[in-house]
Amino acid sequence: MNRLSILIVSMLVPLTTLADWEVNMPRGVSPTANAAYDLHMLIFYITVVIGIVVFGVMFYSIYHHRKSKGAKPASFHESTTVEVIWTVIPFVILVGMAIPATKTLIMMEDTRNSEITVKVTGYQWMWKYDYVEDDVSFFSKLADSSNEARQLGSKIDVNKVDNYLLNVDNEMVLPTNTKVRILLTASDVIHAWWVPEITGKKDAIPGYINELWVDIKEPGVYRGQCTELCGKDHGFMPIVVRAVPKEEYTKWVSLNQKNRVADKSK
Amino acid sequence: MSANIDHLKEEHHQPSGLMRWITTTNHKDIGSLYLWFSLLMFFVGGLMALVIRAELFQPGLQFVVPGFFNQMTTMHALIMIFGAVMPAFVGLANWQLPMMIGAPDMALPRLNNWSFWILPFAFTMLLSTLFFESGGPAAGWTLYPPLSLQGGNSMPFVIFSLHLLGASSILGAINVIATILNMRAPGMTLMKMPIFVWTWLITAFLLIASMPVLAGAITMLLTDRFYGTSFFTAAGGGDPVLFQHIFWFFGHPEVYILILPAFGIVSTIIPAFSRKKLFGYDSMVYATASIALLSFIVWAHHMFTVGMPLAGEIFFMFTTMLIAVPTGVKVFNWVATMWKGSMTFETPMLFALAFIILFTIGGFSGLMLAITPADFQYHDTYFVVAHFHYVLVPGAVFAIIAAVYYWLPKWTGKMYNETLGKIHFWMTTIFVNITFFPMHFVGLAGMPRRIPDYAVQFTDFNMIASVGAFGFGLSQLLFVYILFLTLRQPVTAADKSWEGAEGLEWTLPSPAPYHSFDTPPKVD
Repeated sequence: MNRLSILIVSMLVPLTTLADWEVNMPRGVSPTANAAYDLHMLIFYITVVIGIVVFGVMFYSIYHHRKSKGAKPASFHESTTVEVIWTVIPFVILVGMAIPATKTLIMMEDTRNSEITVKVTGYQWMWKYDYVEDDVSFFSKLADSSNEARQLGSKIDVNKVDNYLLNVDNEMVLPTNTKVRILLTASDVIHAWWVPEITGKKDAIPGYINELWVDIKEPGVYRGQCTELCGKDHGFMPIVVRAVPKEEYTKWVSLNQKNRVADKSK
Repeated sequence: MSANIDHLKEEHHQPSGLMRWITTTNHKDIGSLYLWFSLLMFFVGGLMALVIRAELFQPGLQFVVPGFFNQMTTMHALIMIFGAVMPAFVGLANWQLPMMIGAPDMALPRLNNWSFWILPFAFTMLLSTLFFESGGPAAGWTLYPPLSLQGGNSMPFVIFSLHLLGASSILGAINVIATILNMRAPGMTLMKMPIFVWTWLITAFLLIASMPVLAGAITMLLTDRFYGTSFFTAAGGGDPVLFQHIFWFFGHPEVYILILPAFGIVSTIIPAFSRKKLFGYDSMVYATASIALLSFIVWAHHMFTVGMPLAGEIFFMFTTMLIAVPTGVKVFNWVATMWKGSMTFETPMLFALAFIILFTIGGFSGLMLAITPADFQYHDTYFVVAHFHYVLVPGAVFAIIAAVYYWLPKWTGKMYNETLGKIHFWMTTIFVNITFFPMHFVGLAGMPRRIPDYAVQFTDFNMIASVGAFGFGLSQLLFVYILFLTLRQPVTAADKSWEGAEGLEWTLPSPAPYHSFDTPPKVD
């Protein structure tokens, strides 16, 4: 093997392994998460183009206008025309960004016409889910397997724990293709409820009731975490949402009604 | 006037040893005190960052318990913001403002002494809380109630030390404003001031306007905790979100306090090494002023997820996006300054160039964060951590390092070792990116900030970030070594250390005389 091929191989290895490394926001399974993803990519590409232009000019200048290449300094130091142009162009680009962003925001904040309502309450350090119409209510906290493994000096290999730190004892079950309104509050300190593939986050604040809506289009298990520092176990209060077809959801509700703790959900 | 100047020339009143530094009212002595103190705090805060990165090297808890981890993140931020970056800028202001405007010293020398000597006491108190049985503050540097009200005995000590730091900053700001408005050399109109002076003048007004707001917020926290008020506790009819509004009304101008002087430094260094005048001086001044004004109407973009009304979210999204315009003007002006210049790449210039590129990357992620619907995804993830470290480390900190290399020959009369300086630059720049760039990825992939342990899919990038952080920390030891080597040299530096350097400070001998300008220079 000559040196060149070693170099090429060593450059290719990270590229192929990078496929397994998440470098971007996951695509969503609900209209709001998808809209956030699209907006994210749009703004990202715009900034990349601006970056290429600005840094391109800068590096051209760094390369060509250096003293060692015999460059003599020019004497210009202002130009009203140029300065107006580069004030106006960014402004126009910003307006172009603001229009889709505002549309998406209005869509996200429209919680009307929801079919079911779930009240989510943050506690130190667990979540409580109350299905307002369906009369189901239960707590959801970090699963024991993760909780044992996460202790300092536990000697348990966390890589062998299934969904380490992202598994709970009682999953939140939601029907697919249903507009669900989620009400958020907290009993002690501020928490934030976030499942990236379903929805952006919103704070659960004592004394407040915040709301957001989700409409999950694909059955599956979606995982998230508390995203507002809420004390020592902030990193250990995950959220797991199991999205199931409506019939299955109805069955789940009938099994778990009357305020019974839903530990038979599996 | 001449009698006055004769008096200034007498230096025999000065005590020696430790008392010299405790009693000094000289702008250069105090500037040095600020800068050395800032360097010390940079390493203290850096060690805390390394505790954080060591714990996050792999999933599972290896070194610290979650409670202590939270103390580390809280203290790291407080120390770096109030102990490292802000004092460094005040130190640079002390050294440079009188020399740049042709004055003998700062306008209020005794106040100057006081504003520095508050700092060691404030930080001693702040750091001592780590040794309390109930530990240091652990609710994050933003001190959000109700969580911060749950804290242990550290809370009143943290609040008192923040009050002291605020008082110190306000005194410093008063001094800066008094100096700039009253002590400029004849002929130096406002629009002829060096750009660093301009940015500091505007920063000083931001300090005076925002620090009392922080003082108010933390005093209300104190009375909530100890005197039975309920400003922020819902159970007593209070409002936890009110604190966030007040805090960020301070917090956002604070962000620009940390970056405007850096803009001033970069706007000084880029023209010097391009051997060409700063492009668009007037628009630089106006851009700085507009950033400062806008900073007071964007605060709630730090709290898009608290559940504001739609109209509020839209307002703060638009105003925040608007900041991109004056910031863009600055970046374009820097690039236009380099255009058709005659550039050389000594260490200060390298740091300034890296500043422009990496700060702009931080600006791009800032623009992404301004988009409210997308921010619902980014908020409180490592994407935000990546963003603000890009604007604060290769932003503010790089500018400070650039300034030290740039003015070191003027301050000491000694030139640093250029080869070592370049090695320091490349190590710092490479490691800063290894540390903070992967944080964009884990943040987008869903890793929340302020967690001591994480799901295993985030492992790879966290390992890379931790390696980078240790590399960055070690590179800064090289910086200390370079400073040490420089100070041991004999005085050889020319009065004008850089071919393209402009400004009154370069008309003084190197090292600059104790009372910078005995007679005011003429500016035309």
